[in-house]
Amino acid sequence: MSVFANLSPNLLIVIASIFGLLVLAQLIVFTLKKTKPNLDIEELSLRVRSWWIMVIIFIGALVINPSLSVVFLALVSFLALKEYFSMIPTRRADRRVLFWAYLAIPLQFYFAAIGWYGMFIIFIPVYMFLLIPARMIIGGDTQHFLQSAGTLHWGLMTTVYCLSHASYLLGMSVDTYLPAGNAGLLLYLILLTQLNDVAQYCWGKLLGRRKIVPLISPQKTTVGFFGGIITTTVVALALATLLTPFSLFHAACLGVLISVAGFIGDVNISAVKRDMGVKDTGTLLPGHGGILDRVDSLTFTAPIYFHFLNYFYL
Amino acid sequence: MITKCLKYLFWLVLMKPLVTIIIGLNIRNRERLPKDGPCIIVANHNSHLDTAVLVSLFPLKLLSKMRSVAAAEYFMKPKLLKWFATKIIGIIPIERGKAGTGFDPFTEVSASLNRSEIVIIFPEGTRGEAEQLQTLKRGISFLAKQHPQVPIVPIFLYGLGKSLPKDEALLVPFFCDVFVGEAFTWTGDGTTFMQHLQDSFTELAAELPQSRWL
Repeated sequence: MSVFANLSPNLLIVIASIFGLLVLAQLIVFTLKKTKPNLDIEELSLRVRSWWIMVIIFIGALVINPSLSVVFLALVSFLALKEYFSMIPTRRADRRVLFWAYLAIPLQFYFAAIGWYGMFIIFIPVYMFLLIPARMIIGGDTQHFLQSAGTLHWGLMTTVYCLSHASYLLGMSVDTYLPAGNAGLLLYLILLTQLNDVAQYCWGKLLGRRKIVPLISPQKTTVGFFGGIITTTVVALALATLLTPFSLFHAACLGVLISVAGFIGDVNISAVKRDMGVKDTGTLLPGHGGILDRVDSLTFTAPIYFHFLNYFYL
Repeated sequence: MITKCLKYLFWLVLMKPLVTIIIGLNIRNRERLPKDGPCIIVANHNSHLDTAVLVSLFPLKLLSKMRSVAAAEYFMKPKLLKWFATKIIGIIPIERGKAGTGFDPFTEVSASLNRSEIVIIFPEGTRGEAEQLQTLKRGISFLAKQHPQVPIVPIFLYGLGKSLPKDEALLVPFFCDVFVGEAFTWTGDGTTFMQHLQDSFTELAAELPQSRWL
């Protein structure tokens, strides 16, 4: 197949392992359903099914063409921003401001895709930061002005700026040798971030007792947190030479960094949801909730991973 | 024939993607949606998008059965709009404000129900202030009385009044929450019927997390 011809074998090995993992998860669900029929695993089953769909779409985009992956990530970003805007209180006077905020998405992902670092890195923190209040001033409504300007920009930073760092991995040029191309850099980040979520969830469900942040997210346990760090670090070490230019020492550091950052990103969105009085950000991904529930960890891991790479390997 | 093709294309290529990707639906209790007509869908009305969302809840194979009741004086005046509203959207025009003249505004609607179609009605009568439920008009109860067998499914919509409120032309995407209520039929008298309908909406609206306009 010509589609796979320009993919590095390393990438294919990792992709195959991901599908292997999914098959394993599916088998576990089947076995649990058969052997313990009175155990309620409906949510687990839905989760695994949603994972299949997400993995197929993401890997599909990655395999076919990098531009498609950027479009896919931009779409994820759009859905996340929309979930955020739908969750927070907004002012009717700001409808046009929100419209401009949405327009920032294609621009930001375009800057990322073409690897225009200078613009990519300041567009939202500077230009959108100035544009939002500028546009609000035209509206002339001062009631809740600060709350509105603040929350709108926070949403853009979290769901667009932070997530776009993942797609910049595809557009950037790196001087060092990349064993699986730019796609390998992205796959490494996404895989570790999502695996960390799963590992935290599994360790927590199996052995977790003590809650780590009971006031914000009662599901999170200390065992889950540390189990996640260990699992993610082991996988980070195992995949480093296949996908990335990282030394083993750097890979171990990244494993811990991604795990901790992912945890904070997750709890960060949980805190917002709690503040807004909602349980899930949406119903798009059965078993998980909304898109924002799935990419919450990525909002923290993507920029940290990127800057680590940028600092040590460019 | 051409009109029919245009209608399918319009819904498949424009409306379905608009509703599912640009707007996006969070549907609660989807399983309560009727599988086929005849039935009456009763929804609150905030936006022109309401009809688009309600029709999109049903599979495309039911498209030819989807009808929505709309104000004649609004949609039937300009010729192009009339063609669009009746042929593409599939509205049943209804004359408002003729109560007590002995004229039955529901003749067409009844005929449609007798053909086993799915009829969408907005008992608030009009799109009001964004996201504020107004008093329900009693007209719906006369229709239900004429069709005591036909199930009535209340659906509460939230979010479209933010995406495209009255008097705005610019669409700003927000997720739309769709709460499908329990189906019921004619209760025997107008007062209890209207009360039941009102209660259904209140109950569905209560599931909504509060994130109104600031």
